Amino acid sequence: MITAERKPFDQIYAMTEGHDKVLVAGCDTCVAICLTGGEKEAEILASEISIKAKEEGRELAVEHTAAIRQCEWEYLDMIADKVGEFPLVLSMACGIGIQSLAEKFAPKLVMPAVNTNMLGMPQEHAVWLERCAACGDCVIGLTAGICPVVRCSKSLMNGPCGGSHAGLCEVVGPNGEEIECAWALIWERLKAQGREELMFQYRPPKDWSKSSSGGPRKMVREEAKPV
Amino acid sequence: MADDAEQATMTVDDRAADALNEGFEPKIIVFACHYCAYAAADLAGSMRLQYPTNIRMIKLPCTGKLEVIHLLKAFEAGADGVYAAGCLEGECHYLEGNLWARKRIGHVKTLLEELGMDPQRVEMFNMSSAMGPRFAQTAREFTERIRRLGPNPVRPRDGFEPVEVVRARMGDAALPDGAPAGADDTPAGS
Repeated sequence: MITAERKPFDQIYAMTEGHDKVLVAGCDTCVAICLTGGEKEAEILASEISIKAKEEGRELAVEHTAAIRQCEWEYLDMIADKVGEFPLVLSMACGIGIQSLAEKFAPKLVMPAVNTNMLGMPQEHAVWLERCAACGDCVIGLTAGICPVVRCSKSLMNGPCGGSHAGLCEVVGPNGEEIECAWALIWERLKAQGREELMFQYRPPKDWSKSSSGGPRKMVREEAKPV
Repeated sequence: MADDAEQATMTVDDRAADALNEGFEPKIIVFACHYCAYAAADLAGSMRLQYPTNIRMIKLPCTGKLEVIHLLKAFEAGADGVYAAGCLEGECHYLEGNLWARKRIGHVKTLLEELGMDPQRVEMFNMSSAMGPRFAQTAREFTERIRRLGPNPVRPRDGFEPVEVVRARMGDAALPDGAPAGADDTPAGS
């Protein structure tokens, strides 16, 4: 699932400067599940903006809406009338949804109210962990189902490095939290699977052209295209 | 309120008195749980206890039903203060609805701070259905707290100043003691 975090309120409020009408557009798929940008959160942000504007004695009409998915044309059709009423839309979807909305209703001003941060999974309620880098060349069949690209701090293909100690990485998270060494996890699970020999095989440098380094990617399924 | 020239000669105590908003009658929304605080309010009535008419009660099946948006909408509509009154911790009819309410109110406090509003305008209280006197006391203390904080900045009223405006003009030293009247109540989210 794609996860995102709301931008600081002051940044969002600054985006409304010079406008007297603003629509907060949520997306009820990934960002709703990570409790950041669904209809519920869009209503909360709209209410916050409205309170701030009233405090300043400013005339600002704020409404909210949500698309089932902002990243698909069909679902954007369903909120087109609402979007049409507003010169400024603050989108709470992921970067894909924001761009889809901006493209669908161009040249309307569409601004991001969230920072899209990762492809993650909920480890427990309200906690998400990054699990995939969308690198375009999956190796987890060789690494016991644990992705070294995103879970090793250095994205090593031939780990672990010297910074691995007692199962932990020498790198710590931004809040001082410990990070498990992906290669230690890989080694333990390969042993449990009886596939230790995979650890001793040399892996050549990864082909990053299949990742975002190769420019924007495009996928076409000819067999599925309408005739 | 004093003009700029007068303010320059005012002592801190003068300013504090100035900011007290004596005579201001706040509007306060109370989200009350059906199983405890609402019944406690009934008991307070049966006991003929006095409490301010500033509070407006909204009955909930459980404070766990209280969403962040309900609290924000109350402020958006001009409520000067909002509190939830739920069961004693550990005694929620639905096991932990009141604990969820406490967390959500803690979150709303951070949202109010983002908006430049005093987080003391929202609070969580706990009481059982047998605590009629506590219900009345909470209503009195919270009303007094909000009276000191002045009107909600989204709905200023003539002659009374929101504490947020006073603070912006004169700094914290100008404010009366902001400690909540019910000092034994642990603020939500702390």
